[in-house]
Amino acid sequence: MKENAVLELHNIYKTFPGVKALQNVDFTLCEGEIHALMGENGAGKSTLIKVITGVYEKEEGTIYLKGNEGEAHIHSPQDAQNLGISTVYQEITLCPNLTVAENMFIGRTKGSITNWKKMNEDADKILKSLDIPAKATQQLATCSLAVQQMVAIARAVDMDCKVLILDEPTSSLDDSEVRKLFGLMNDLKSKGVGIIFVTHFLDQVYEVCDKITVLRDGKLVGEYEIENLPRVELVSKMLGKELDDLSDIKEESVVYEDKGDEVPVFEAKGLQSDAGIKPFDFFIRKGEVNGFTGLLGSGRSECVRAIFGADRVIKGKVKKNGKEVKISKPLDAMKQGIAYLPEDRKVDGIVGDLSVRENIILAAQVLRGFFKPFSKAETYKLADEYIKLLDIKTASADTPIKSLSGGNQQKVIVARWLLMHPEYLILDEPTRGIDVGTKVDIQKLVLKLASEGMSITFISSETDEMLRTCSRLVVMRDRKVVGELSGDELTQSGIMKTIAGGKQEEIAESSEEGGESVG
Amino acid sequence: MDSTKTKKISFNKQLLIPIAAIIALAIFNLIVDPSFFKITLGTNSAGNPVLSGYLITILDYGSELAILAIGMTLVTAASGGQDISVGATIAIAGSVILRVLCGNNSRPDTLQAPIIVAFLVACVVAMLFGAFNGILVAYFKIQPMVATLILFTAGRSIAAWINNNELPIISEPSFGYFGGYIPGIPIPTPFFIAMICVIVIMLVLKFTTLGLYTQAVGINGSSSRLNGINPQFIKFLTFVILGLCVAVAGLIKVSRLSTINYSVIAKDIEMDAILAVALGGNALSGGKFNMTASILGAYVIQFLTTTLYKMNVNSEALSAYKAVVVIVLVVLSTPVVRKKLSQLWGKLTVKQAVKEVA
Repeated sequence: MKENAVLELHNIYKTFPGVKALQNVDFTLCEGEIHALMGENGAGKSTLIKVITGVYEKEEGTIYLKGNEGEAHIHSPQDAQNLGISTVYQEITLCPNLTVAENMFIGRTKGSITNWKKMNEDADKILKSLDIPAKATQQLATCSLAVQQMVAIARAVDMDCKVLILDEPTSSLDDSEVRKLFGLMNDLKSKGVGIIFVTHFLDQVYEVCDKITVLRDGKLVGEYEIENLPRVELVSKMLGKELDDLSDIKEESVVYEDKGDEVPVFEAKGLQSDAGIKPFDFFIRKGEVNGFTGLLGSGRSECVRAIFGADRVIKGKVKKNGKEVKISKPLDAMKQGIAYLPEDRKVDGIVGDLSVRENIILAAQVLRGFFKPFSKAETYKLADEYIKLLDIKTASADTPIKSLSGGNQQKVIVARWLLMHPEYLILDEPTRGIDVGTKVDIQKLVLKLASEGMSITFISSETDEMLRTCSRLVVMRDRKVVGELSGDELTQSGIMKTIAGGKQEEIAESSEEGGESVG
Repeated sequence: MDSTKTKKISFNKQLLIPIAAIIALAIFNLIVDPSFFKITLGTNSAGNPVLSGYLITILDYGSELAILAIGMTLVTAASGGQDISVGATIAIAGSVILRVLCGNNSRPDTLQAPIIVAFLVACVVAMLFGAFNGILVAYFKIQPMVATLILFTAGRSIAAWINNNELPIISEPSFGYFGGYIPGIPIPTPFFIAMICVIVIMLVLKFTTLGLYTQAVGINGSSSRLNGINPQFIKFLTFVILGLCVAVAGLIKVSRLSTINYSVIAKDIEMDAILAVALGGNALSGGKFNMTASILGAYVIQFLTTTLYKMNVNSEALSAYKAVVVIVLVVLSTPVVRKKLSQLWGKLTVKQAVKEVA
């Protein structure tokens, strides 16, 4: 074991049916270090964390912990806790209706009698030592989110932890709250605790971390000292594209030509929803494919959800074919010929217990009206037509959609929206979590539909998919539109620079420079 | 030939449980006392021909349960919870009918309003109370059982208050037709009313998208919303429909006695209605439903109740016996057991096939 390392993982393997979630991953966390674990969605971050915390069992590999003779055996979250590994999750997992002290000691009091006085005193002591502005007897719900998050950390720290894992702790905090949290993290760092920090916010990584470990596709990309890894390089490591790996990706070039003077099919001005995005402008022309890009959590989905009326729109104007319209709920958007394939297929897409047939006709049926149901024969005809068209692999049209594979489920949802014959189709991560064959099918379909005159907004975490399909990209960072790329600017490096970016001018500059690296 | 048969049955798997239950109960009665199935034609006190017998009783009393099961099935499917205020709302609806018919005099010689008017007023009132439940569940997102607990507790008092706590008695004989017999027709009227309700709901399910929407909302509300459905309104709507069912059941109930007893009328009927839904193999957590199975389930419950009465089970102890039978039936209908049973069945048939081949 390395000197001053508190946690060492060697050659970790973990597979799920059909997916190699972790392959030969090494990870070392030192004492008094804040270590960022970075990677795009599906890179294996959460799997790795779950292996460390005992939620999953590794298949191969070894874990060493400081102060623990030989290999550490972690088979359950209890094991991990007993070994001094504590985790604070993104969503606060405490009980808001209990007091701060109760939350800190819940499940940890010995025997059946609780010494309330001692418990409160102990809690106050810990809170004071960590400089957390809360009282032991205060009800947790009355604390701000940041303080609640800190209490969760205090609970973790008090369990005598050597390793503290923070899984996206800042996603629901505002700036000043993030500051407070960072103060606490630095405090713990100076006390010798090793902290693993998972976040999607690049700024925060560079502000507080010492080292970065990057994962991609379940494999280790590398471990870097923070000062040796500029932002742009970090983004390129996460996305898996070298900076000079340029525009030759555009195999199937996009034929769309922007005539400029045409009235956009859809146009939004200063659109803002209650999901926390800054107001944005957007338009799309007939037959155009464009996209929103940015790291996860940058507000891509929130933008298209605002367009579709899926989140509550609080500001802004939208025009359809030049005419101002009001879209306040999904049905309004559907009536305007807008379709939206949601990001989370399981939660927002499929209606699990219903058959493939019913899932396919759902949106078209809703649009048709309550008193005009399709006859059974019609639904079979439509379903069979689209099952054939999109090559959906299902035992029959009556099979419940939940028993299909992810890719085929997604095709069913695509079929659902195509059946509506939309003018404007929004695809939010249509290729996530599905097999490669289907991914290609969907991209081809997008290009085909666009050539037939449909306007499509395509969002994907995989940049090359977007480069292949989109003729214009709106780039987002921290819930704000930070740039728009089209034509020659549409390159991996252009996107990366804009994502990593800093000031507006720099973005404009760097995208003009094209592929040259940024010093 | 056998294989096609099993295919057909497995297509309507959900109907299997209630049908099997009916057969089991029938066989049980056949063994214990075949006279259970005897139907006699006699005359009632008014001199009209009536059929009587245990089976007729089942048709008679199972009908109001079937009507309630229709509404309860929709509520369960859309909201994933149940309305436990049904009995109390029946008391309200019944009380409204009597109040309209009697006016200010609790013992009128003539009806103060046509029965149809009284019934329509009751429909409106019951649907309003359904809407109250619906608003609490759909818009305030209160758990259905908790939301309907309010009327469960208060409903019977409201019913009593509507008639100033008096017990009106209707002497007009035609009022008794709805819960009894229409002169010249020997089959109890509630059965016809139930059949009308069944036909109406089947038509509604065929000619509107109500069935698809309620199921979609019950399975995945968030996805339904993104498909343009208004999940809140659908939930609300199911409670209003249940309100209508309650009004119909209320009419039958008060018609049977031509009077009302606020604390006893339709007591515990909500539990039987919920059981009917469960016996129909519908998940009480919402989602997919089979209306026919629920309606059959209602008659199964009544079959069971009547069987127990026939065996001279004390009415106080009735619930306990019922509970045992229901537990068995419901456990049998759970996916876990069904899977095991079908595996067992598969093994048996394979063995048989092997034997036949040998």
